[in-house]
Amino acid sequence: MSTVAVLKGGRSLERQVSLRSGARVEDALERLGHDVVAIDVGHDLVARLRDTRPDVAFVALHGREGEDGTVQELLEVLAIPYTGSGVSACARCADKVLAKHHMRALGIPTPDFFAFSESAFKGLGAADALPAIEDVLAFPLVVKPAGQGSALGIRFARSPADVAPALLAAFSYDTKVLLERHVAGRDLAVSVLDGHPLPVVEAVPGGAGGPKETAAEPPFYDFEARYEIGRTAFVCPADLTPATTAWAQELAVSVWQGFGCEGFARVDLMLSEPGDDLFVLECNPIPGLTETSLLPQAAEEAGISFDALVARIVALVPTRPRSLPATPGRGTP
Amino acid sequence: MMPDVPDRHAPPAARPAPEHAGPRPTRRDLERYAGLFAARTRVMTSSAMRDLMAITERPEVISLAGGLPDTSTFPPETFAAIMAGLADDACARALQYGPTDGAAALKGCIVEVMAAEGMRIDPDDVLVTTGGQQVIDLVCKTLIDPGDVIVAEAPTYPGAVPTFSAYQADVVQVALDDDGMRIDELEETLGRLEREGRRPKFIYTVPTFQNPAGVTMSLPRRRRLVEVARERELLVLEDNPYSLLRYEGEPLPTLRSLDSGDFVIYLGTFSKILSPGVRLGWAVAPPPVLEKMGVGKQGADLCSSSLTQLFVADFFAVPGRWQAYVETLRMLYRRRRDTMLEALAESFGPEATWTRPQGGLFVWATLPDYVDTTDLLARALSANVAFVPGRAAFMDGRGGSSLRLNFSGVRESDIREGVRRIGAVIREQVALFGTLSGREPMRAVPRPGQEGPPLADVVALPHRGRRSAGEP
Repeated sequence: MSTVAVLKGGRSLERQVSLRSGARVEDALERLGHDVVAIDVGHDLVARLRDTRPDVAFVALHGREGEDGTVQELLEVLAIPYTGSGVSACARCADKVLAKHHMRALGIPTPDFFAFSESAFKGLGAADALPAIEDVLAFPLVVKPAGQGSALGIRFARSPADVAPALLAAFSYDTKVLLERHVAGRDLAVSVLDGHPLPVVEAVPGGAGGPKETAAEPPFYDFEARYEIGRTAFVCPADLTPATTAWAQELAVSVWQGFGCEGFARVDLMLSEPGDDLFVLECNPIPGLTETSLLPQAAEEAGISFDALVARIVALVPTRPRSLPATPGRGTP
Repeated sequence: MMPDVPDRHAPPAARPAPEHAGPRPTRRDLERYAGLFAARTRVMTSSAMRDLMAITERPEVISLAGGLPDTSTFPPETFAAIMAGLADDACARALQYGPTDGAAALKGCIVEVMAAEGMRIDPDDVLVTTGGQQVIDLVCKTLIDPGDVIVAEAPTYPGAVPTFSAYQADVVQVALDDDGMRIDELEETLGRLEREGRRPKFIYTVPTFQNPAGVTMSLPRRRRLVEVARERELLVLEDNPYSLLRYEGEPLPTLRSLDSGDFVIYLGTFSKILSPGVRLGWAVAPPPVLEKMGVGKQGADLCSSSLTQLFVADFFAVPGRWQAYVETLRMLYRRRRDTMLEALAESFGPEATWTRPQGGLFVWATLPDYVDTTDLLARALSANVAFVPGRAAFMDGRGGSSLRLNFSGVRESDIREGVRRIGAVIREQVALFGTLSGREPMRAVPRPGQEGPPLADVVALPHRGRRSAGEP
C-alpha cells in the first residue's frame, strides 16, 4: 500500500469545511490500508511534502489556493501525483468569470452576466456603466465574488439601491465580481466521476428548519445551509423527468470535457421555473466531501460507498506529470 | 440502503486503529438521525461565522474576536501549591460528587465576592453552577415555555443566543446607548407586548461593561428598571461577570442591591476574576425560583466540579489573595484598553464610532451602514486579523455594520497591529463604496495617523453619518 498525503485546511475561508472533508478522506484511506499523512496546508507545505515523499497527494482543499490550481502547480513542480483536476482545469473552474466565458464559447447555457474587477471601478469609472448593466440583466441580480466557493459573499440586488452594497460585499472576497441574471428555479448538482455523471441531487433550502428568510433576501441555499445537517433537504435522485435528468447530466459532462476536468468534479445548475430551462452556474473541481456534501451522496445513490469513492479517486490519479501539455478530455466516457 | 462494508486491512503497527469501528455515517444515515431530532433543534443553529472563525486558530492571525481573560497571569506556583494541598488534605473529597447547590466553602467565597460588589447575601440563597452560562440555561429551563418572550438588550451577549434559541424563546431586543438599555424603549416594548397578549418572563441584561457593547447602565436607569420589574412583576436576569474589572469611574450598585432580590436573579462567575477553566458561576435568586433552578441543575449535571470548587475555596483561603489577583488583572486590562482606544483613534477612519468602556473586556465599534461586518471579516482575515461581526449579537438581522473587539486576551503590540489592520481594511471598503456608488471618486487611502483628531472621546453609539471617503 502506498503513502497518501491528505492536504486539508489551509487559509481559505472554507478551511473548516476542508478540515472535515480531509478527516473523512483520511479515515477512508486508512480503512483502505494506505499510510496516511495529514497536512494542514501552510507555510511549510513544500518542506513537509519533501520530507514525507508521499506516493500520492489527496487534495481535500476547498476555495482559494486549493481549488484554483495553486497547490496543484506546486505538486507538479515536486513531481508528486495528485487527485482531481490538473492546474489548467482548476484555474478555469475556480474563476467563475473565466468559467462562464468558457461555457459561452462551448455553447453551454449559463445565465447572462457581466464581470468587473475592483480596478475597473477604481480607475475606469465602471460605476457609470451600472445602469446600462441593470437594463440588460434586469432585477433581481445576483452579485458574486469571482473566486469564492460555497456561497460566501453572494448577494441579491432587488433594486439599483442594493447594487453598491452588494458589490462591496462581493469585493470583500475577491478583486473580481460577477453580476448575473437571477434564474429562479430549482438548485441542481451533477457530480461527475471519471467522466461519468452520477445521479442528480436537488438542494431544497429550508430542510427541517424551514427557510431562513429575511426581509432582505429570498430563501437561499446559503453558506450555512450548505454544510449544516437539517438546514437543507437534499433529494437524490432529484424528482425530474427522465429527459431533464439526461439533459442535466449531459450538460455536466460537456462542462467536464470542455474544461478538461479529471478525477471528480461537481457541476451546479439551475432548472428555471417557469420555463424548465437548464443553466450551468459553475463547476467545482474539488467539491466537498463532508457528511452533508453532494458528491458522496450522489455516489452513494449510485451504489458507490464513500470508501469506494475515495479508492476510485486515488486510482484515477495520473502518474505522469500533467502540467505540459494539458490533457483535456481524459475523462471522456 | 446500508452503506457498503469496506475491506478492512490491518493498520500498520505504528498507527493506532481509528476509534470508531466502521466508516463514518453517510449522509443518508445522518438524515435518518435528523428525523429523530427534537423540534427545538430546528432553531438551534450555529453560524457561518463559526466556520470563518476556523481561520483564527492559525498562528499568523491576530484575533481580537475572543472574549478570553488572560489566564497566563495566574502564578503557576500558586496553582501547584493549591493542588498539592488538595492532594494531601482533600483528595477523596475533591474526587467525589458534592451537593447540587455547591460546596459550603465555595459559597463563603461567593459571599465575599458579592460583598465586594456591595451586596450582603445569605449562603443559603446561592446556587453554585457550572459557569455563569449554566445560570442562563437554568433560568430558561425554569421559566421558558416555547414561544415565551425574553426581553434582551440590542446587542446582547452572543453566547446567550443559542440558549434562548434552544428553549424556543421569542427574544425581543431593546436598544441600548451609552447609558445602557433604553428603559423608555423597554417600557414601550412591554406595553406593546401586553397589548398583544404576550407576557415576557424575564428581562436579560448585562448592566455593567456590557458584552458586546462595553457600555454601563446609568444609576437612574437601574433604579427605573427594578421599578418596572416590580410594577409588572417581571423577573430581571442580571448578568454581572465584569463589574470588578473597573478601570475608571465609581462603581454603581447592582440591580440586585437596588431591588433587595425580589425580582432580580443575579448571575455571578469566577470566569473573569479568576479562571473560566474552573467552570464555576452562581445564581442568587428569589427562593422559589432558586429551588426550581436547583431541580433543573440536578437533571443537568447533579453538581458542579468538587475539584474546582475546592481549588477556588483554597485560593480564597489566604486573605487578600484573590483581591490582589483581580487588581493584577485590572492593571493589565486597563493598559490594554487604553492601547486599543489609542489604536482606534489612530487607525479607524472618521466614519467609525466606538464605545469607550470604563471596564470589562470589549469595545463595540459601528461603521457606516453599507459596510457588512461579516463580509468585512472575510477581508480582514486575508489581512490576518479577526473580530466578531455584530450580527452575532442580534436575533433580528440588525447589527450588520457593527463589530466587537476584545482587548483583555491580546498583547498590546498585537492590539495595536490588529486594530491597524482592521482600520486599513475599513478605509479600503469605505473608499471603494464611494467609488461603487458614484458618491465620491477614489482617493488615496490615508495612512494611519493622517486622519485628523483622535476620536477616542467619541462614544455615541449608532451614529451613522456618511462622510465621504478619505475626508480628514
